[in-house]
Order: sequence, then structure tokens, then C-alpha cells
Amino acid sequence: MVESSIVRYYLRKLVIAALVIVVVVWVVTPFIISMLYAFSSKDDYYSPNIIIPIHYTIQHVKMLLDLGATQAIINSVIVAVITILLSFALGLPAGYAFAKFAFKGKDSLKLLIIGLRMFPILVIAVPLVTLYIRLGLNDTLLGVALAHTSMALPFVIIISSSIFAGVPKELEEAAMIFGLDRKGAFFRITMPLALPGLAAAAIFTFIMSWNEVFIASVLTLTHRTLPAFILTSAMAAPDFIKFAAGFIMILPAMIFVFIARKYLITMWGITLK
Amino acid sequence: MPNHVSFVEKYLPYILIAPALAYMLFFIGYPLAEGLHLAFTVNGVFSLQNVEYLISSPFSKFWDALTDTFLLVLVIIPIQVAIALGLAMLFNMKFPARHVALYLVILPLTISDVAAGLIWYSMLSANGFFNKILLNIGLIHQPIYFFGYQYRPMEFLAIVITEVWRATAIVFVILFAGLQMISRDHIEAAEVFGATPWQRLRYIVFPMLKPSLQAALLIRTLFAFQIFGVVWVLAGRDIPILAGEAYYEQVELHHTGVAAIYALIIAAISISIGYVYIKLFKAQYLEEGR
Repeated sequence: MVESSIVRYYLRKLVIAALVIVVVVWVVTPFIISMLYAFSSKDDYYSPNIIIPIHYTIQHVKMLLDLGATQAIINSVIVAVITILLSFALGLPAGYAFAKFAFKGKDSLKLLIIGLRMFPILVIAVPLVTLYIRLGLNDTLLGVALAHTSMALPFVIIISSSIFAGVPKELEEAAMIFGLDRKGAFFRITMPLALPGLAAAAIFTFIMSWNEVFIASVLTLTHRTLPAFILTSAMAAPDFIKFAAGFIMILPAMIFVFIARKYLITMWGITLK
Repeated sequence: MPNHVSFVEKYLPYILIAPALAYMLFFIGYPLAEGLHLAFTVNGVFSLQNVEYLISSPFSKFWDALTDTFLLVLVIIPIQVAIALGLAMLFNMKFPARHVALYLVILPLTISDVAAGLIWYSMLSANGFFNKILLNIGLIHQPIYFFGYQYRPMEFLAIVITEVWRATAIVFVILFAGLQMISRDHIEAAEVFGATPWQRLRYIVFPMLKPSLQAALLIRTLFAFQIFGVVWVLAGRDIPILAGEAYYEQVELHHTGVAAIYALIIAAISISIGYVYIKLFKAQYLEEGR
């Protein structure tokens, strides 16, 4: 009886470990393979007997960068930074209001924002083209950033609201008792405490914009962001250029996510997709 | 003066929220109105020309796009939910290096759909990892072709694999969070009263997990109907889908009116799903489940 329960205990542990390993291998292998292939020499890739490349080269990544990816990366960064600035400028006050005030209609307003987050934002791209042509925003990075802001805003509001709500009310009240007004309490107490969370939120906003392809491809022609550039240009290219493209796209996302890994689950739950 | 302060205090939250809300309502409301205008007028007068093109032109792949999008959703979502449910229960147990494993498992969420497509292309192409392994083991003597118009069922399979790899994690994250909220007391109480593992699962875990399951289903379904990057990278128009056709009509053919109809259809599908969801279930779950 005792023996069998010990056996069952270790068997259970073994099964759990095996399952976890299978899952991790399934998720991680494609990452590793695609990165290795991005740097594989042409001959190794086309040789049927070489599964893991032996000879490596940075030539493919370099070629892609020279073909226009460098400019596309710059464009993507510009769009993402504008998106962060705009969505934070508009979203943080709203998030603060939801976190720190009790007011009539709060729940329905919050629900409205959650509902708007569910809206399939890619559908705005096509109609925006005609508006942008009229306003001179077509094929501009600002135009893409404006659309990305509407995608990022509900996320910024919801996440900043939960970050601000995490700052204890007592601290603010104490500050106000000691003579700070609401504004002072916000900038000297709430904001510094909320900063790490907000920085993580900025990273996730960056990735959201960096990864977005549909709106960017529809709204730009010559000023392509990286995903739009890859979707339109690199697709006709040979395989190893495609792998290089994949690598360039995932690298910044991976680095940023590693920096903000503490917030990964809570925030990605909110950014969706 | 005190009156003035309370006036500001009273309306401050609305003032803080108004700009963001106005921005979003404009960027969703205007495109919807403009979309209707683009779709149903030609040269300023009402016309069904775009609709006719959409449903009966030999160049339009509307019906295929509609069926294939629904087919993809119907195949992908159940697989994702089943895997995610298993994963959530697996990760709810204690084992060494759980946090590292957790981090790795949700990593695909951070990359774009285009990158995910490219990654799986490197796995499944004729010279890709998968074929090379099978060839070298001797399981196959010819590479398995996943890509190209004549291999459409395989392209469909490649899309399903990529989407399961990429987006199962969001369902997992939601279910895992839901699972962790279930108090251990309930389960222990059931154990004390002699409930078998299956009974604990059936009568305690599943009912309490229902809100998370609903939220995960809603979110995944909404986004599944917007599928674009993965399909476009792996199959192009071989497997037509709604968003892909919108992109093609707009960017390649400059049929803005037709593209607008596709956009409206995607919006209509999403709004219907959201509406049904909100009608059926309490809206608070949306927030809790995140």
C-alpha cells in the first residue's frame, strides 16, 4: 500500500515533467529553428542532409537591411513612439479617473471602453484612407500612428487604471493632509509609484504597434513600417531572406518582453490577441 | 470659491475621460460611417455595384473567403481551447522551474502574426526543419509539400498549426488566471467528502472556470475572424479570408468600396458575437477574465 503510493507519486511527477517538456519543446523549437535558419548559409539550408546548419552568415540579414528594412525599422520605431506618446497623453488621465474617482456612469463608461477594445480595429483602415487623402495624412507615419493610437488607447486606459488603483489611497491622502493639492499628490506620490508599471505598459504598447501589419500596409505606400515592408516586399524573396525578415521582426519584441517579463501575464491578458 | 472647487471636482473625472473617449469614438465611428458611404455609393449616388461585384464577379473570392474564414475559426478555436485547458491544469500543479516554463509557453504571444507565419514557414517548407528530420530518419522519401496552390489542404493545415502555436497562449493565460482564482478550500472540501478527481473537475473546477472560459472564447473568436498575417504569409490568396480579401481589393485592385464591404462584414461579425456574448453572460466577466 505504502509502496504503491510512492510509485504513484513519482509516476505522477514523471508524467507532469514529460508533459511540460513536450509543451516547452513545441513552443520553443520553431523560435530556435527560424533563428538558426536566418543565419544559415545558403548551401546548408538547401542541403537535404544538414538539419541544423553548420555554416553561418549574417549576409541575409544584411541584404535585407540594405534592401529597405533599415528605413522600415526606423519608420516602425517612429510610429510606435508617436503611438505611445498619444495613447498615454489621452489614456493616462482617463485611467486615473477610473482608478481614483467615484462618479455617476463610471461602470457603463468602463464597459464602453472594454467594448471598444473588442472592436476589430483593422476595419478602420480602409475608410481611413479616403479621410487621410483629404487631410494629407495618407502614406504618412503620423497617419499610421493615429490609427495605432485608437488600437492602443483602450489597453492604456484599462491597464493604467489598474496600475493607479494599485497605489494606496492612504499615501495620497497623507500627502494631501500634509499640504499637497491633488495635482501635487499625483505628481509626487502616485506617479513615481506607478512608473514601473507604466513603463511596462509603454513597452507593450510599443510591441502592439511594432507588430501591427494590416493597418500599416493599407495606410502606407512608400513609408512602410517593418511588417508592412516585409508583407509586401520580402514575400517574393528567397526563403533565407524570409527567415532573416522573421528574425528582424521578432528580435525587438523578444528583448522588450524579456525586460518586462514580470508583467507579461497580466498585461498580455489585457492586450489580447 | 469652495463651490468652484467642488464643481471642478465633480466634473473632473468626465473631463479626464472625455478626450480619450472622443478620440476612440471618432476613430471607430467615422470609419464605420465612411465605410458605409464607400460601400454603397458610386460617384456620389447610391449603388449596389460593389455588392454585385462582391458576390458575383469571377474576380471576387467572397464566398470562398467567407467559408474559409468560418472554417478556420471552427477548426482552430476548439483545438486552442482544448490545449489551453489542459495546459492551464498542468501549470496549476507545482513543478520545478514552473515560472521559466510559463514564460516560454506564452512567448509566441509577443510576436506578430507575420513573424509567426515566417517562423512556421522555416519549419514546414520543402527544405524546412520538419521535412529534413523526417527525410533523414527515413520516414519519408519525398518532402511533404505544405505550400503552393495545388497543396491547399496542406496550406490550411499549416495555418492551423501556426495559429495553434501562436494564439493558444492567450486562451491559456485567461484560463490559468481563472483557475488560480478558484480557492483551494473548495477542492479540499470536496476531497474530504470523498470526491474523485473527475468529480472534483466536473462539479467544482469547470463550473467555477466557466466565466474565464467564456471570456477566453469570446476574445479568441473575435480575433480569429480578423486572421490575416499568418494566412497571407503562408498561403496568400490560395486560402482566401475576409481580411486578406479586404487587403487585396484595397491595395492591389484599388476597389475601395469592395474593401469597405469586407471591413463592414468583419465589423458586423464581431459586433454580433460581442452582442450575443453580452446578452448571454454578465459583462463583468469581460473585465475579470481580461
